[in-house]
Amino acid sequence: MTTISAPSLLSAKKGSGSRKFKNSLATVLVYLAFGIALVPLVWLLYTVIDRGWKAVTSAGWFTDTQRGVTFSDKGGGVWHAILGTLEEVAFCAVISVPIAILVAIYLVEYGGGWLARVTTFMVDILTGVPSIVAALFIYAVFLATFNGQFAGVYASLALVLLMVPVIVRTSEEMLKLVPNELREASYALGVPKWKTIYRIVLPTAFTGITTGVVLGIARVAGETAPLLVLVKYTPNLNGNLFSGFQASLPLMIKEQVNNLNQANSGTAYHLDANGNRVAGAVANYAPDRMWGAALTLIAIVMILNLIARFVGRFNKVTQ
Amino acid sequence: MAKRIDAKDLNIYYGKFLAVSDVNFTIAPRSVTAFIGPSGCGKSTVLRTLNRMHEVIAGATVQGDVLLDGDNIYGSGVDPVDVRRTIGMVFQRPNPFPTMSIYDNVVAGLKLQNGRIKKAELDNVVERSLKGANLWEEVKDRLGKPGAGLSGGQQQRLCIARAIAVEPQVLLMDEPCSALDPISTLAIEDLMQTLKEKYTIVIVTHNMQQAARVASKTAFFNLQAVGKPGQLVEMDDTEKIFSNPSDQRTEDYISGRFG
Repeated sequence: MTTISAPSLLSAKKGSGSRKFKNSLATVLVYLAFGIALVPLVWLLYTVIDRGWKAVTSAGWFTDTQRGVTFSDKGGGVWHAILGTLEEVAFCAVISVPIAILVAIYLVEYGGGWLARVTTFMVDILTGVPSIVAALFIYAVFLATFNGQFAGVYASLALVLLMVPVIVRTSEEMLKLVPNELREASYALGVPKWKTIYRIVLPTAFTGITTGVVLGIARVAGETAPLLVLVKYTPNLNGNLFSGFQASLPLMIKEQVNNLNQANSGTAYHLDANGNRVAGAVANYAPDRMWGAALTLIAIVMILNLIARFVGRFNKVTQ
Repeated sequence: MAKRIDAKDLNIYYGKFLAVSDVNFTIAPRSVTAFIGPSGCGKSTVLRTLNRMHEVIAGATVQGDVLLDGDNIYGSGVDPVDVRRTIGMVFQRPNPFPTMSIYDNVVAGLKLQNGRIKKAELDNVVERSLKGANLWEEVKDRLGKPGAGLSGGQQQRLCIARAIAVEPQVLLMDEPCSALDPISTLAIEDLMQTLKEKYTIVIVTHNMQQAARVASKTAFFNLQAVGKPGQLVEMDDTEKIFSNPSDQRTEDYISGRFG
């Protein structure tokens, strides 16, 4: 037996050399691709944190508004924009989440007919609708036809069109993951179908659906096009979603972008805090605020993602 | 408690495909009846028609009657939900509800059927059902723990406890031991002997020794030919089926010549 095993070991060694090389090559390529994919992410994060840090850590950033603060003034905060973003996204979620989850339940638990196929097709189309088109649709219906005035609520409605397909898709996947055996076990106990869905299927898929909802919220929180079309920016605090101009983080960023070149277009001198003429262009705080608002937006989206991850940890489906 | 089952001229379809044809049998109350036969011959399908679980599958239909003590469960105006409350089922793979504790799993049927029930009454049901499923001693100190944390055999006994908690008349078991080790299998077979004093039990099994051990009657199902529907070849006392069957095909199957 030893005479047989010795040469076979040798030949195995010879073959394994090229195999090992291929393995190392593949490993290197995979890590390289991973590194390349990471570069823009890290770069972006570094840039935003590096440039936005100063504004975000300044006094009153999270509690003050931009009321009466011009580009050349120090101070001011993003509270008005955070409030607007949260209100618009929350209202959007209140409308979207029930619709989307009910649609997903219909598709998974009751679907199968032509209506389900049409619904799936529509959801697919809605997934691919660019946000500017969703915004124009709302504009055409509510502002152009019904003479509505610019308000946060219309942005929320446009965001609904973007959020519903995202949540339908994820909820659908989560409901499909619930083993059919659980439904059968429930039916076999003499539990009606609606109660099986409500008490067995939904609780089992709950954490997955919640993750999908939070990711959907995070997705629309940074959406800009509907806000540009349907709301107007104001530096003042406006807590009324249904009337008046309302700030939000994306709009605030855009506003700062508009002010980026202000300092260069001014005169060769400006007044300092004591009213004395000082040579040189005026100070421009727009870039600081722009990066600060961007950092704040990223932070909010990241917090939402972390919440989704955290909820996902408690996934109870063990089978 | 236990009731008699009569199947009359059952033809079972998946869409237009006739899966099982012309099944007739009678199952006595308080007995264990085993369905045996090769894979795909329709034994599980027949079993699932006995509590109208068959029609859960889209496109699946049944012709013929199933009488439970003379009442047709396929009669017009009969709600399948009521049928399933009377005829419980245990499945091949243990399937406790993963979001529920052991306690909640046992009372799931009662709670979801009737809504509010007094805590003391539920406590009684849990203890009685778990004792009935021979699981009480093993889990009585951890009723609040998730049901999915038990071993496979314990999970299957939990499913039996869940099924008998709603006090059905009949208990259908679809290969209840095929995912279990021999010791858990033995525990469940012992349990069946106790359960048959109160319930009519029908069990589908691939294990002929198991059929011989637990069942008083055995039904042998087979395909009429490849691509043809399944049929009930014969049903008789278990002893007769395994020693001196009337049909040659039964003898071929139990002696291992095919299937």
